[in-house]
Amino acid sequence: MKKKSAKTRTIRVDALTRVEGEGGLHVKIRDGKVIDVKLKIFEPPRFFEALLRGRNCEEAAGITSRICGICPIAYQMSTVHAVEDALGVRVDGQLRALRRLIYCGEWIESHALHVYLLHAPDFLDYDDAIQMAQEHPELLQRGLKLKKAGNEIIRFLGGREIHPINIRVGGFYKAPSRKSLLALEEQLKWAREAALETVRWTAGLPFPEFEQDFLFVALRHETEYPFNEGRIVSNRGLDIPVRDYEQLFSEEHVEHSTALHSSLKDHDSYFVGPLARYNLNFDRLSPMAREAALAAGLRAVCRNPFQSIVVRSVEILYACDEALRIIEEYEMPEKPAVDFVMKAGTGTSCTEAPRGILYHRFRFDDHGAILDAKIVPPTSQNQKAIESDLLQFVPRNISLPEEELRRRCEQVVRNYDPCISCSTHFLKLHVEHV
Amino acid sequence: MKRIRKPKLAVWKFASCDGCQLSLLDCEDELLAVAGKIEIANFPEASSKIVKGPYDLSLVEGSITTPHDEIRIHEVRRASKFLVTIGACATAGGIQALRNFKDVKEFISIVYAHPEYISTLNKSTPIADHVKVDFELRGCPINKDQLLEVIRAYLHGSKPNTPAYSVCMECKRCGTVCVMVAHGTPCLGPITHDGCGAICPSYNRGCYGCFGPKETPNTDSLAARFSELGATNQDIVQVLRNFNAWAEPFRRESEAHEKKVRKNKDNSR
Repeated sequence: MKKKSAKTRTIRVDALTRVEGEGGLHVKIRDGKVIDVKLKIFEPPRFFEALLRGRNCEEAAGITSRICGICPIAYQMSTVHAVEDALGVRVDGQLRALRRLIYCGEWIESHALHVYLLHAPDFLDYDDAIQMAQEHPELLQRGLKLKKAGNEIIRFLGGREIHPINIRVGGFYKAPSRKSLLALEEQLKWAREAALETVRWTAGLPFPEFEQDFLFVALRHETEYPFNEGRIVSNRGLDIPVRDYEQLFSEEHVEHSTALHSSLKDHDSYFVGPLARYNLNFDRLSPMAREAALAAGLRAVCRNPFQSIVVRSVEILYACDEALRIIEEYEMPEKPAVDFVMKAGTGTSCTEAPRGILYHRFRFDDHGAILDAKIVPPTSQNQKAIESDLLQFVPRNISLPEEELRRRCEQVVRNYDPCISCSTHFLKLHVEHV
Repeated sequence: MKRIRKPKLAVWKFASCDGCQLSLLDCEDELLAVAGKIEIANFPEASSKIVKGPYDLSLVEGSITTPHDEIRIHEVRRASKFLVTIGACATAGGIQALRNFKDVKEFISIVYAHPEYISTLNKSTPIADHVKVDFELRGCPINKDQLLEVIRAYLHGSKPNTPAYSVCMECKRCGTVCVMVAHGTPCLGPITHDGCGAICPSYNRGCYGCFGPKETPNTDSLAARFSELGATNQDIVQVLRNFNAWAEPFRRESEAHEKKVRKNKDNSR
């Protein structure tokens, strides 16, 4: 695993743990200086964009959700919105609200998994959450119950937690009655309190000083914290409609990764996900989520990726709050889906997956058969930002013992909650001193 | 006093979406109880602690799609006393087995700018094509209660209770109205292995085959019924080609209809 000579040192993490999917990290150091960082992704390619060709756009959401078992709602949402964009279909009112609701469920489930089971052990020096539970059983129990509350929304509205079946172009196969939806309320009220506790608890974790000058990119909507719609904006003046995405963002294929690297014109790297969303949409959070963030010591802008665990907790709180609002205002729609007529077209969409913006473009013929597809997942967009964080982090911590440095590097990667399965089109840690 | 050693559990991943191994973490109410009975010895998605093998129980997710994985699966088998494949990728090749019907080189060039960086096999194949598998748990994704049943059965030395009958049986048990009989909605329920709890029909949607073929499925008869409902040969090919497209009964039936599509094209020329 480790190689040493007078001038050279090698630290490798062959398989990053507590991330979804398979990858590693390779850091090259010469005379105490980091000369290269590579986030390696060995996730075997599965060729989704190719296998979608010839398939009907109405069945695409069932296929794209299989890209990722952690965030299938994100894929289903980006897919149906891209198809609806091409068909000129607008899904409004309670059906639109139900789509926000199921997305709330996925944010709660995915963020709770990351905060409690994957990320927290880093801050408290455990190998995993089960080990953490031996000394702090109440922590893991709260985390699991919170995760379950998110999953309950998905299971109820979607039919099951992983690869739900109820979402379709135009709306849903079946819309719930008001009475049945109200059954979720009690659990979500508990979850909202637990999320408040989560914000307070994570705010007290030890964070290294690591403020970075990031280029944050996220959706921004006129009135709401973003899920399914908005313009693509940055903290440096970018403000474009989703259909212009490919004019400004490009993908590059590098040898060490089966995930394509994304970049934004004239910039080296950019940052998507909870931190970007929060920084660009602080004023769109619910009053309760905003107050909890400020009380926890966060400001309207957070530039320390280690604090992403607090921001993720704020987003859990927001999602619980928003879910309760939607349920309270819900009236069963007349029809579970909007009618539409199939026609040829090209459509784009971008939605906020738990890990950041997820872009889709589909082009299909008169019968709805897909001619070509483009899918850009959040983790492939964050790859360069992760590499750039490591370039900054390693030199500052080079005096740490090898094993400790390796652990800390993994933590830097986990700050992003990378989903490697998604990005394959993504990660092991090697720190090589040459 | 001699301490009784807990059996060691390992979770392995090949080409997949991570959803099936996530099912274990989705057992929110049972996870700590499971961890009390079995040592989670090698589960990289959940823990940084990797205990050396051999492992008593291995759960294998994903299909074999790269030359590297073709070798690695043998290492996994050697390290495992009892090996269970979980999910449609591991038991049937998964959605990525759609490449098996096409030219993989074309697939690579559609997605990647530098095909020379990509190392992949022509076909995505189930684990059982490569090594001996002790038990297969179906589904895309697997059902977490069935996963708990597999672990329970392993701990007690019994056979897991995961019936091989069709989704239709489950619909009848739930009292769900048949979507095909009542609404003319094409449904794969009659030929699909139960395990999901017949979710789709209860949401007014036809089954789309996530759990793969049931034992002795009459695919031919169902395809004929789909034709009567207005499905074209091409429609039948597509409906059978999802997450279990490479499972033998589904594959055979879809290939038969693909031939008909080609023949019709030739005749119209």
